[in-house]
Amino acid sequence: MSATAAMNNRKKTSLWAMLIIVLAILILPLTGYLYVNMTEQPAVDEQTNPRSDTWRQVRENQEGYSAVKGQETNELIQGAGQNWRQLRNGPIATYGAWLLSGVLVILAAFYFWRGEIKLTHPRTGNTVQRWTLNERRLHWTTATLFILLAITGLSLLYGRLALIPLLGYPGFSAYATAAKWIHNVLGPVFMVALFIILIKWFKNNLFTKVDIEWFKAFGGMVGDKHPSAGKFNGGEKAWFWTLATAGVALCFSGLVLDFPNFGQEREVIIGAHLIHILTAMLLMAFSLGHIYIGTIGTEGALEGMTTGHVDVAWAEQHHDLWLKEVEQEQQNTRQ
Amino acid sequence: MARMKFLCDAERCIECNACVTACKNEHEVPWGINRRRVVTIDDGIPGEKSISVACMHCTDAPCQAVCPVDCFYTTDDGVVLHDKDICIGCGYCFYACPFGAPQYPQEGAFGARGKMDKCTFCAGGPEEDNSAEEVEKYGRNRLAEGKLPLCAEMCSTKALIAGDGDIVADLFRSRVVRRGGRPDNWGWATAYKD
Ligand code: HEM
Ligand code: SF4
Ligand code: SF4
Repeated sequence: MSATAAMNNRKKTSLWAMLIIVLAILILPLTGYLYVNMTEQPAVDEQTNPRSDTWRQVRENQEGYSAVKGQETNELIQGAGQNWRQLRNGPIATYGAWLLSGVLVILAAFYFWRGEIKLTHPRTGNTVQRWTLNERRLHWTTATLFILLAITGLSLLYGRLALIPLLGYPGFSAYATAAKWIHNVLGPVFMVALFIILIKWFKNNLFTKVDIEWFKAFGGMVGDKHPSAGKFNGGEKAWFWTLATAGVALCFSGLVLDFPNFGQEREVIIGAHLIHILTAMLLMAFSLGHIYIGTIGTEGALEGMTTGHVDVAWAEQHHDLWLKEVEQEQQNTRQ
Repeated sequence: MARMKFLCDAERCIECNACVTACKNEHEVPWGINRRRVVTIDDGIPGEKSISVACMHCTDAPCQAVCPVDCFYTTDDGVVLHDKDICIGCGYCFYACPFGAPQYPQEGAFGARGKMDKCTFCAGGPEEDNSAEEVEKYGRNRLAEGKLPLCAEMCSTKALIAGDGDIVADLFRSRVVRRGGRPDNWGWATAYKD
C-alpha cells in the first residue's frame, strides 16, 4: 500500500468517526425522549380523550365560569330536574291521588259496615273537662291551618288537571296566585302551632304497655271490646308521632321552598320538594282517619273538642285510665 | 314548517359575551336577568371550552310539563313560549329546566318571585306581534319580522347558530367535515328528540 493510499484511508476513517461522533452527540440526548416515551406509554393508554372528558363534566353538573352572575349560572346542565319532573308528574301525583281517594273509600266502607261507634252505656249527665279553652283554640287553629294548607297545596299539584277546565286559564291563574300566597304565608304559622302542640302534649303521648293492648284490640273499632287508654289512646299517639316526624319534615322542607332568597341550589329545593309532597300525602291520608274518628265515627268524641267537656260514660268507655286519674285528682283536691 | 334550534359550536366560541349583551339590549331585559349566558369549562386551563346557553326550546319541554298553571305553549316553529299574565312565579320551571333558562325578577321571602322570564327565540309572547305590550313583557319579536335571533346574528365567530334545525345541523356538519374531529352538538341530546 502506498503512503498516499494509507493517508487517504486514515482521512476516510477519521471523517467517518467524526460523523458518527456528531450524530451520536445529536441523537444520544434524544434517547431521553425514547425512555420517557417508553415509560409513559401505559399511562397514555389509560388516559381518556380530553375533549370527551369536558363533555362528561358538563353532563355531571360540573361548575364552570360565567361572567353572568346569578343562581347557578355557571352550570350548563342540571340533571336532577328531569328526575323531579318524572317523579312529581308521574308516581307521586298518581299514587297520591290513589292514596287519598283510597282512604276515603275505605272510611266510607267502614262507616257503611260498622256505623258510628255508639256509647255502650247511656249518658250519665255528668261531665268531666277534657280540653281547656286554650287547648281547644290550639287544636282548631292548627286544624284550620292544616286544611287550608292541604287545599291550597293540592290545588298547585292537581289544579292544572282538575281546575283549569272549570275556571279557565286566567281564572285558575288568579286562584293559584292566591292559593300559593296563602300556602306560603300560612305554612310558617302552621309550623309554630304544630310545635306548640308537640311540646305541650309530648309527655302524654309516650307509648306504654297499655297501647300494645289497645292496638291488639284494634282500638275498639272492630269487635265489642273496649281496650284501656289514658288521656291519649294508641291511635292518637300514632297520629302524634306521625306529626312529630313527618309533620316536622313537612315544615322544614316547606321552609326550604318558602325562602328562595337564601339562594339554595336547585338540587336542594328539588329534594325538599319531594320530601314535602310525600310527607304531605302521608299526613293528609292520616288526617282523614283522624277527622273521621273524631266526628261521625265515634259518638260523643267531637263534644270534647268543641265544648271541652265529655260525658263520664264516654270517658269510661274510651279513656278509662284517664278518667280514673281525673277522679283521683278531684278527690285529692277535695281532701 | 321549520323546527327552530340553537347550536353553539364550542370549537369557535371565544367567550366574548356579545350574544349576552345583544340579547339584553335588544329586549330591554329587566335588571338582574340575563336570558343568555356563556359558561367556560376548565377556565384558564389548556383545552378550555366555552358555550353560550339560553333556553333551548326543548321537545317535550320539562318546564311545560311541571307548570302548575300550564302557561307554556310551543309555536309551529318549535319555539317554547310562555304567558306572563298566567304565570304565578312558583319557580317549578326553573327547577325542572336542564339548562337553567327560566329566571325571576326577584327571589323574595315566602316564594315571591314575580313573573318568570326566559329566552323567547326572539319570538315574543301571546300578544299581537310587536305590539307595545308584547315588547314590554317579552322583548322584540324578530321572528315575526322574518329575522333570526339577534344573539346568533351578532356572534363574532359564528359559533352560535340559530334557525331551522336541519339547516343548522347541515351547516355544523360541513364545518366538522372540514376541520375534522367529532361533532359536539352540545345540549342537543338533552333538548331535542325530533
Ligand atoms: C298542612 C300541611 C301541608 C300540606 C298538606 C302541604 C301540601 C303541599 C302541596 C301538596 C304542595 C304542592 C306541591 C306541588 O305542586 O308539586 C305544597 C307546596 C309548598 N308548600 Fe306545603 N304543605 C303543608 C305545609 C307547609 C308548610 C308548613 C310550609 C312552610 C313552612 C309549606 C310550604 C310550601 C311551599 C313553599 C310550597 C311551594 C309552593 C309554591 O311556591 O309553589 N307547606 N305543599
Ligand atoms: S331549555 Fe328549559 S325553559 Fe327552555 S324549553 Fe327547555 S326546559 Fe323549557
Ligand atoms: S314560574 Fe310561572 S311559568 Fe314557571 S312553572 Fe311557575 S307558573 Fe309556570
